[in-house]
Amino acid sequence: MYSKKVMDHYEHPRNVGQIVGADGVGKVGNPVCGDIMKIYLKIKDNVIVDVKFKTFGCGAAIATSSISTELVKGKTIEEALDITNKRVVDELDGLPPAKMHCSVLAEEAIKAAIADYYTKKGMSKEDIDKVCSLKNTVCVHSHDIGQE
Amino acid sequence: MKIKYFDHAATTKLNEDVLKEMLPYLTEEYGNPSSIYSLGRSNKKAIEDAREKVAKVFNADAKEIYFTGSGSESDNTAIKGVAYANRKKGNHIITTKIEHPAVLDTCKSLEKDGFEVTYLNVDSEGLVDLEELKNAITDKTILITIMFANNEIGTIQPIEEIGKIAKQHKIYFHTDAVQAVGNIDIDVNKLNIDLLSLSAHKFYGPKGVGALYVRKTVRFNKFIDGGHQERNKRAGTENVAGIVGLSKAIEMAYEKLDENNRHLKELRDLYISEIEEKIPYVKLNGHREKRLPGNANISFKFIEGESLLLNLDIKGICASSGSACTSGSLDPSHVLLAIGLIHEVAHGSLRVTFGIENTKEDVIELITELEEIVNRLREMSPLYEDFVDGTYTM
Repeated sequence: MYSKKVMDHYEHPRNVGQIVGADGVGKVGNPVCGDIMKIYLKIKDNVIVDVKFKTFGCGAAIATSSISTELVKGKTIEEALDITNKRVVDELDGLPPAKMHCSVLAEEAIKAAIADYYTKKGMSKEDIDKVCSLKNTVCVHSHDIGQE
Repeated sequence: MKIKYFDHAATTKLNEDVLKEMLPYLTEEYGNPSSIYSLGRSNKKAIEDAREKVAKVFNADAKEIYFTGSGSESDNTAIKGVAYANRKKGNHIITTKIEHPAVLDTCKSLEKDGFEVTYLNVDSEGLVDLEELKNAITDKTILITIMFANNEIGTIQPIEEIGKIAKQHKIYFHTDAVQAVGNIDIDVNKLNIDLLSLSAHKFYGPKGVGALYVRKTVRFNKFIDGGHQERNKRAGTENVAGIVGLSKAIEMAYEKLDENNRHLKELRDLYISEIEEKIPYVKLNGHREKRLPGNANISFKFIEGESLLLNLDIKGICASSGSACTSGSLDPSHVLLAIGLIHEVAHGSLRVTFGIENTKEDVIELITELEEIVNRLREMSPLYEDFVDGTYTM
């Protein structure tokens, strides 16, 4: 059901952990759906110099978080904001249809972390909304028990 | 890599002696049981011998056993068959919130056709409340359908008491015993069971064959129209090899019932006690004593079930989770929610179901792997981080 790339990121997730004194922290998802992603950013001169994540969720949620941290590391904030969920899916060689929401969650987590950074910088909520347009994610799952 | 299989509630490995009994009916004994010549008659006899064997296990009469294609088909036949045949008497059915989808969806489908269904609650250990059951009965109630033992959490219902209540009120009592058969001694007369569903592949028999016990006095409609097979209740040329396999498997399961149960309980209790001792923040789901001998369902807080299963799979370990739900839905297992678990704890559930070929060494290996995996997943869980920080409680 998962591509080799997803399983690789799942088995060997990159950039797991937290950054003490992070410049921006984004937390999205909710425990009811079964997915929570938290991304920590260290930003210097508009560049994301370090990134870490923690995720509660399925294999796809962990893999999308992991690849997203790779995608934003060393990038400018503007470049990071350009990363779409589609890009996340493509980088993982696809996701099962029921797991597409995990890629949206990853995109949202990055944006939420950047929004937090801007908030700390004193930017107004309206201006943040303009640059970090957040969507509302929907959770969809597949299940094993009950079908046997 | 050697597979370590701990998912016997999902299915079991076909027993080799069972396969041996089946093989002739897949090869040289290919006659149609309805044919008059000897090649047909020998097949007919094989089916009737199988029926005798199954009936004997339940202290029933051979005429009360019907072979079907699965446990789900047995459930459908029992519930719809009774509902439509007794519609003039009433249109009310009582079941529980923790039934298998084969029962729940059948009831939902009957609701669309004018039947009324009461879905009983269960307590935090998964048991129905007999008072609630009694209070739910009306003069329109025609059927009570309550599972013998739950497939996810293993809780065993007070079937004898339920049978008594049903009998007192002259209401038919059906039980989905798919998980119980092969694990629990069942006397349909002692327990006042009127209909009982079972499936062969749960007790080391073949897939694609089930059976339904129906007490002689029960009125029920035929389920598949066509030929006169199964005393005109279920048309279709019989799955002779499957039926022979089912009967051999059930016979073997009950010959060694006590011995097998002792072994399964030993593995189950070892697993539960070791996990509770070695891993913090866990919760046993289901009743501690009134549970299937091989079932252990434990929630590991702060982590999610699918990622747990994937990690176990990497190590060649097979188990199940009630984590996420049927595709397109938002909720975890309906059973775990019915016993009152909050969503995130339900998402972190792991069902381990032991089988007769599992050993103590297998269980110890499973525990060792789990300790490591749970630790690793908690280290990367934002819920656990918040819990340690004191900003999240569950």
